Amino acid sequence: MTIATPPRGAGPLARREARLAWGLLAPTIISVALVVVLPLLSIFWISVKPISLADLRPPAPVVREALRGDTGAAGDAARLQYRIRNSSRDKPITGVILTDTIPAGLQAGELDPRCVLEGPSLRCDLGDLDGGARDEIEVPLTVAQAWLDAGSPDPEETAAAITGRSDNVLTNLQFSGENFARVFNGDEFWGVLWVTLFYTVFGTVGALLMGLFAAMLLNKSFKGQGILRGLYLFPYVAPVIAVAFTWVTLFDPFSGSANALLIQMGVTEGAINFFGERPLALIMVTVFEIWRYFPLSFLFILARMQSIDTDMYEAADMDGASPFQKFWYLSMPQLLGILSVLFLLRFIWTFNKFDDIFLLTGGNAGTRTLTVNVYEQAFAVSNIGAGAAVAVVIFCCLLAFSYVFFRYMSQEEGL
Amino acid sequence: MSHLRYGYVAGPAIGALWALTMAVLACVTVSFATGQGLRPSALSALAIGAWAGFAMLPAGGRPQGQRLAWIAGLALVPLALTFLVRPAIAGADGTGSGALLIAWALFLATGLLPLPMIMKELPFGAATRHEFEDAVIRFLTGFGYVFFTAIVAIPFYVMVMTSLKNQQQLIQNPLDFTIDIGQGWGLFRSYVELFRDFDFGTYLWISLVVSLLTVFITLLFSVPGAYAVARLRFRGRAAFSRSILLIYMVPMIVLALPIYIAFSMTGLRNSILGLVMIYPVTTIPVALYMLQGYFRGLPAEVEEAGLMDGLGRLAVIWKITMPLSLPALASVSLYVFMIAWNEFLLAFMLLDDPSKFTLTRGVAMLNSSEVPRQNLMAGAVVATVPIMVLFLGLERFMTRGLTAGSVKG
Repeated sequence: MTIATPPRGAGPLARREARLAWGLLAPTIISVALVVVLPLLSIFWISVKPISLADLRPPAPVVREALRGDTGAAGDAARLQYRIRNSSRDKPITGVILTDTIPAGLQAGELDPRCVLEGPSLRCDLGDLDGGARDEIEVPLTVAQAWLDAGSPDPEETAAAITGRSDNVLTNLQFSGENFARVFNGDEFWGVLWVTLFYTVFGTVGALLMGLFAAMLLNKSFKGQGILRGLYLFPYVAPVIAVAFTWVTLFDPFSGSANALLIQMGVTEGAINFFGERPLALIMVTVFEIWRYFPLSFLFILARMQSIDTDMYEAADMDGASPFQKFWYLSMPQLLGILSVLFLLRFIWTFNKFDDIFLLTGGNAGTRTLTVNVYEQAFAVSNIGAGAAVAVVIFCCLLAFSYVFFRYMSQEEGL
Repeated sequence: MSHLRYGYVAGPAIGALWALTMAVLACVTVSFATGQGLRPSALSALAIGAWAGFAMLPAGGRPQGQRLAWIAGLALVPLALTFLVRPAIAGADGTGSGALLIAWALFLATGLLPLPMIMKELPFGAATRHEFEDAVIRFLTGFGYVFFTAIVAIPFYVMVMTSLKNQQQLIQNPLDFTIDIGQGWGLFRSYVELFRDFDFGTYLWISLVVSLLTVFITLLFSVPGAYAVARLRFRGRAAFSRSILLIYMVPMIVLALPIYIAFSMTGLRNSILGLVMIYPVTTIPVALYMLQGYFRGLPAEVEEAGLMDGLGRLAVIWKITMPLSLPALASVSLYVFMIAWNEFLLAFMLLDDPSKFTLTRGVAMLNSSEVPRQNLMAGAVVATVPIMVLFLGLERFMTRGLTAGSVKG
């Protein structure tokens, strides 16, 4: 007699299903691994490397080939000249080897001791090239009738190939903690961190409050509601570059309409440099952030509001609750979930924001956040390693945020 | 708070704030429309509004004669302020009387006429919580519509109008957005210059191609992935569907740096191919997340019927799941298109060759001291209009797409 036991582990069908699932997910996983995970890992590698923008082009030997002398008739003596130089001024290249093909009918004379000729192919071993070094090789040639008959094929047509090994900062094992020392150095880092926190906290809270206000305005059906909703989404939908430049134009200290308006209205005497003065510039970029992202909050909050059961409000009306009481005791608890999710999401996204500040002020006038600092270090100061070090700092902050996010997200929305 | 809840306190207070808002609005509107400066005076506007708020309160049992006497008597305050201190709206130097008249008309119409509606049920004496809060809410609603419409419309208006002017006019009076209709097509000369001298036709085309390719590749990758997460059982499914959103939290600038290095070394920088390789990956996670939420909501029975009838899984996705989820696909496509169209950072860092710019990169190129402002704004309009038209036409999908996935019940 056999005892029936429930099957344990995955059966063949379940295994097939799992295989199919991973197969369907494979393109996504591979592409994400290549474009997101790999760069993230490489950031850590680069951040401990003393690398600057110029190092991205590794030193390489460069060759120029020229045919000199008379080549008009058979028996003319000519020479093929190769001029070689190191593209880098200070980094050596080792094991430089030049190869080329000499057209048939050009007879080579006595060769440079570093070169050998096998049939038509020439191979020269140039050894090492120091930084900024130049070298030259000449191959004496005698013109034969066969070459002239063939239509005088130019030896330069078969381009000379040159190879060499150079030490690449990116791949060698030279490390330094200089980048991090530079990033954390002095007051600058704390200034940047403070700006980032100010921008993130006020930008997030402001956008949420504005979004809540806008959602309450549109949470009733009236004629033109759709049009207003579309209009209010404009800041979010329009390309950041278009709206950022519009703000810059609008608030220009010399020819900006906002300044002209304020002066005419008698609010200020002279022009205000909105994006060029501390601490006004920081406030302005935060206001821009609020302006640009309130539509997103408003959209999510409105969607949540419209799904709240109206029975509750009718019951509250019967009990004589006032409008503010209804909002505070009925709507708010219902909206709390989406508000906290939005807060966390927006907090992280605002923390990550780069384009807006970059386009508005370029990180000047006390508006340099961590993300702008990455660009500033890597491209303005040309120190890619330092930029990567800032990126590592950002990444660590994000890990902390994500931890918080997932703890609360799972509670609030059951993700 | 309780002191406020008397009609004769709340009414004037609301009226004053409303009138101030409308005075500022009238000045800004007329200034932007005519280019002539106008000066609001907070004190006078507040006084006029407070008086109007008081006058429009219901009689509330007071004798008619006494009420009118009070109203007439109090009218002296705003009048005195207007004539002795400064009027609620005054012209700046060189402002014509026409503009002033229009501003006053606008101010009186918008500042006073809605007041009876705002204070419809507010009694003269002690108000109940309901009556008071209703009045405040009506005021806030009106204020909100004006405020939001202004902050959204003004930059858009400035963008469009600047693109139709020329450098000299812009410097002479930055406030003057009036345009001369008489010049006909000459009005659009900065757009003509844009397409003739700056090659914007090509950029428009490149942006379109890149965005469409991004949408296509994103769907190609995310539809099977979303289906697997939504329907198939495998170990790590829950962890996967959660961590996919993590990708969305990685800042672009952190990725852009290694991508820049890798592309510089492989020669992919300065190529459209490079962009098309990167863009979809930034949108696949969110597309996958949005789609799997929708797929879960579809009845699995239909798909099972398909499987029973001998369709393979891929055929089920193609013939059953995808047709059923067309609305979700439309939302996701629109959203992805918007992201790709608006993308600036990668295009800015990776493209240097003016013959291969996307539209956003092209607009960034216009931001130099050699290019006049109106061309920059024209570029901004060219970049904005297609996405706005697409968006307003398909707004329903967009709204749903943006909120899908992350908002549950």
